[in-house]
Amino acid sequence: MAKIEASMAGNLWKVLKQKGDTVKAGEEVAILESMKMEIPVEAETAGEVKAVMKAEGEFVDEGEALFEIE
Amino acid sequence: MFTKVLVANRGEIACRIIQSCQLLGIKAVAIYSEADRDALHVHLAEEAYEVGPARVFESYLNIDKILAVAKEAKVNAIHPGYGFLSENPDFATRCHEEGIVFVGPSPETMMLMGDKVSARNHMKKAGVPVIPGSVEPIASVDEAVTFAEEQGYPVMLKAAAGGGGIGMEKAGDKEQLKKAFQSNQRRAMNYFSSGSLYIEKALESPRHIEVQIIGDRGGNVIHLGERDCSIQRRHQKVIEEAPALDLSEGLLQRLRKAAIQAAKSLQYENAGTLEFLVENDDFYFLEMNTRLQVEHPVTEEVTGVDIVREQLNVAAGEALGIDQSRVQMQGHAIETRIYAEDPKTFFPSPGTIDVFDIPEGECIRLDTGVQSGTEVTPHYDPLLAKLIVSGKSREDTIEKLQETLKGCNIQGLKTNIPFLREVTNHPDYTAGKITINFVNDHF
Repeated sequence: MAKIEASMAGNLWKVLKQKGDTVKAGEEVAILESMKMEIPVEAETAGEVKAVMKAEGEFVDEGEALFEIE
Repeated sequence: MFTKVLVANRGEIACRIIQSCQLLGIKAVAIYSEADRDALHVHLAEEAYEVGPARVFESYLNIDKILAVAKEAKVNAIHPGYGFLSENPDFATRCHEEGIVFVGPSPETMMLMGDKVSARNHMKKAGVPVIPGSVEPIASVDEAVTFAEEQGYPVMLKAAAGGGGIGMEKAGDKEQLKKAFQSNQRRAMNYFSSGSLYIEKALESPRHIEVQIIGDRGGNVIHLGERDCSIQRRHQKVIEEAPALDLSEGLLQRLRKAAIQAAKSLQYENAGTLEFLVENDDFYFLEMNTRLQVEHPVTEEVTGVDIVREQLNVAAGEALGIDQSRVQMQGHAIETRIYAEDPKTFFPSPGTIDVFDIPEGECIRLDTGVQSGTEVTPHYDPLLAKLIVSGKSREDTIEKLQETLKGCNIQGLKTNIPFLREVTNHPDYTAGKITINFVNDHF
């Protein structure tokens, strides 16, 4: 099971993938907002989303897990 | 004149306004979020009140809370600074209803200029040149494509309620336009609660030139000259200077006349800025900012006019303290915006400032809201400070600026200082060969 983590602290603005979705490596899975800038979060590896760990609007710290991928 | 003013902002601009208030003998009231409890502006003000959690909607944009503080502190006026509530007509209206002066233009003017489509249409009627664009917001991708095919690519898509470079994208062909339409609509909806977009023909390599104006209740409007704000990344300004270089006398006169004409057509009160794109000897209205701007210090440095002081005077119902014939421009000034961001990727870099050491000197002005030990959070924009250097000529100013930037030492988080050093040492920059494409072309 791989995790997709937040690359920096910020507000989780958009969650683009849901449980059960498949993702490709490099695909945008969420958008963080930090210091008034949008930061795309990309999947490092391909797989199926097993869990979405944060909800839109939540504040996340750098390194916090956002998705579990298998 | 007012005796007590609430500053509805944070960071460097809150500090800047508080200092002008104090010079005028006005007591300053600061507001702060939980994240800003120890911020510099809180310590500078005579009184300070917490207005809510870190998130802007719960604190710096919380109109009810801010007005409650204003009443509790018994202020006469509220200065909104820039960003946050500075161009919010509802906030200005609420201030009026509560008998508190809003330091800025009327809510009607803000509303008219806040919507980019209505602003363009108004300027056209006032005789100010505008870039060919949609008369009404565009409802669909197909409409955008039809416009682009009639006018020719490239085109620029913009959020009608936008600002700060958000919701703005250039498209060079149909595919790019379709993609830009979807993403901008989403962004516009999220940031401005309106997905309304409009489209303009994009110029190839224009310069961003703006005219600072200020008007009083008696209908007097003056301009304080031009600023060149062409050095931008992500459509956001990084370096600004005054005066704008190499504009023909004829063009300068036309720009100033258009700015005054625009302001008079709005019966404009307080400070405002007319932004234009300039290409060759032509200029086009871009937007009007109905507030104090980040880059106002370069104008202050070359004209000697304290814009915040004039704003407060005018808002208090007094006549402008200067007339056009007394506005003299002397020397040159350049502002560099020091951001907490990666100097290569321009990605944000929140963190704690361990060392904040900027050289001091007669020709150096530092407007900042941080110091050593300040925690820079992800909640607000990354502007740490504005470094403004003045000199006799542009060459002299650039030399001093290069020296000053060399001596800057900020530790604990990444800043764009290495980028600022590279730009100000670039031969095209020193030669004045700058357009809004400068950063994309060279970095």
